Amino acid sequence: MTAVTAETGTNKHGSPAADEKDASAYAAAFDAAVAADERIEPRDWMPEAYRASLVRQIAQHAHSEIIGMQPESNWITRAPSLRRKAILMAKVQDEAGHGLYLYSAAETLGVSRDELLDKLHSGRQKYSSIFNYPTLTWADVGAIGWLVDGAAITNQVPLCRCSYGPYARAMVRVCKEESFHQRQGYELLLALSQGTPEQHAMAQDAVDRWWWPSLMMFGPPDDESSHSAQSMAWKIKRHSNDELRQRFVDICVPQAEALGLTLPDPDLRWNEERGHHDFGAIDWTEFWDVLKGNGPCNEQRLTQRRRAHEEGAWVRDAAAAYATKQHNNGEATA
Amino acid sequence: MTTPAPTPTTEKTADTSATAAALALGDDALVLSHRLGEWAGHAPVLEEEVALANIALDLLGQARVMLSLAGDEDELAYLREERAFRNLQLVEQPNGDFAHTIARQLYFSTYQKLLYGQLATGDSELAGLAAKAVKEVAYHQDHAEQWTLRLGDGTEESHRRMQRACEALWRFTGEMFQPVDGVDIDWQDTERTWLASVTSVLRQATLTVPEGPRTGAWAAGAGRQGLHTEPFGRMLAEMQHLHRSHPGATW
Repeated sequence: MTAVTAETGTNKHGSPAADEKDASAYAAAFDAAVAADERIEPRDWMPEAYRASLVRQIAQHAHSEIIGMQPESNWITRAPSLRRKAILMAKVQDEAGHGLYLYSAAETLGVSRDELLDKLHSGRQKYSSIFNYPTLTWADVGAIGWLVDGAAITNQVPLCRCSYGPYARAMVRVCKEESFHQRQGYELLLALSQGTPEQHAMAQDAVDRWWWPSLMMFGPPDDESSHSAQSMAWKIKRHSNDELRQRFVDICVPQAEALGLTLPDPDLRWNEERGHHDFGAIDWTEFWDVLKGNGPCNEQRLTQRRRAHEEGAWVRDAAAAYATKQHNNGEATA
Repeated sequence: MTTPAPTPTTEKTADTSATAAALALGDDALVLSHRLGEWAGHAPVLEEEVALANIALDLLGQARVMLSLAGDEDELAYLREERAFRNLQLVEQPNGDFAHTIARQLYFSTYQKLLYGQLATGDSELAGLAAKAVKEVAYHQDHAEQWTLRLGDGTEESHRRMQRACEALWRFTGEMFQPVDGVDIDWQDTERTWLASVTSVLRQATLTVPEGPRTGAWAAGAGRQGLHTEPFGRMLAEMQHLHRSHPGATW
């Protein structure tokens, strides 16, 4: 445990917080813990805005995992070899698992999975806009792995050092699995790129469609990002949107060359002076449009999610009723 | 590429028997894995997304080992016509609601557990795979049994749905005990044990053991002879479409 626990008013070294100055002592201890790169744990005191910000971010991340299952599971039944089918099933299963860890991490902040799912289903909480694009061909499974999971890793690796302990720890495991996902996507695209002309064209088409939306995954430019500054101050976030986006572009350029595929940006070139690649302007109109609900699949993704939830209600009710009966039987025989 | 048809030769050698067994059991695992894969993104609760995918992956792993004993796994999975598949009709039945999926799981995993348990102690080519798979299947059976109890003894609605599912799939259960060439076990005894096990679970779940016939009007063992039900053709069309659209390609 770090910082000051709300229950005992002692910090992790066991020294008492001054009673008369509780609120400010808590806040000071919290600030000191963040400044010292210590982890904030569930029972530690934390500012309400910090808690709310984490709930928002972790929930959005959890929702992205479970909505993200849809575009990929779209291809499970059509995977073109049994090996690819096994890999894809395992990947989609990992995503359900990530959803579970992340909802659990959010629970440590006092919100239940049911509450968060309600907010997702009613549109009050978001998921990553990238999943509002469709998977039109098998190569899209590869492009999602290489680009979307690659962008997610670039975003998420710094979260392993996030100031909130349960989130940081969940991200360690998530990132290990995401790294496998990214490699399988790259390897899938490589097989297509080096395959028949039709397969190569399929791979190029997928990269053409997924490149720009992947760059948008880092969020709006730094000067337009509403949550960034506070999140950086709290060390929930460690790097700015634009820094991470640049890092991702620099990683992808040599990988695309190795794949034998072209990134669809005529302005993409190495800038010796900056030591980075320059790249073309992102169409932020499209980003905001998709975010507001006008993407190709917003309606479809939410509808499927709501339907699965509603159609599963009788199953969850049955499990709860059975558990109650078992509990009562146990008490009766005890 | 040729389509390897598992046509039985008149002279029955140990080799062709082993191939027939690997195909029959491999197709069961392949087809049920595919059906369970259709649940991805549609399961009633997140824990079941993980569990159903896990079972599907176990079955796909078993299928790949067994089909590889019989030939090339992808040729067998993607290039055979419907009539060349040797799986039970039970495993190709559409998912239906969660109760139908669980009833199918209960019937099949109980069968597979008994089958692999006996194969594991034998000396056939499948013994090694069976010894490993029986551990996975014991988990599948437990998963199906726990859900049968929850649904059967849960709410009125879940009880009604589970009862209906058990009855709907009952007529596909007789086929499981038609002897499979190359699987040297006491089939009648296996059937008795299966019936006792399933009966016990259903009763504990406050469900009625279905009374209808356990085979359809067509001869029992139809799936094992390559006679399937209508939904299977559409399932294969979806499964095989991409692979067949790019003849000779590697993935």
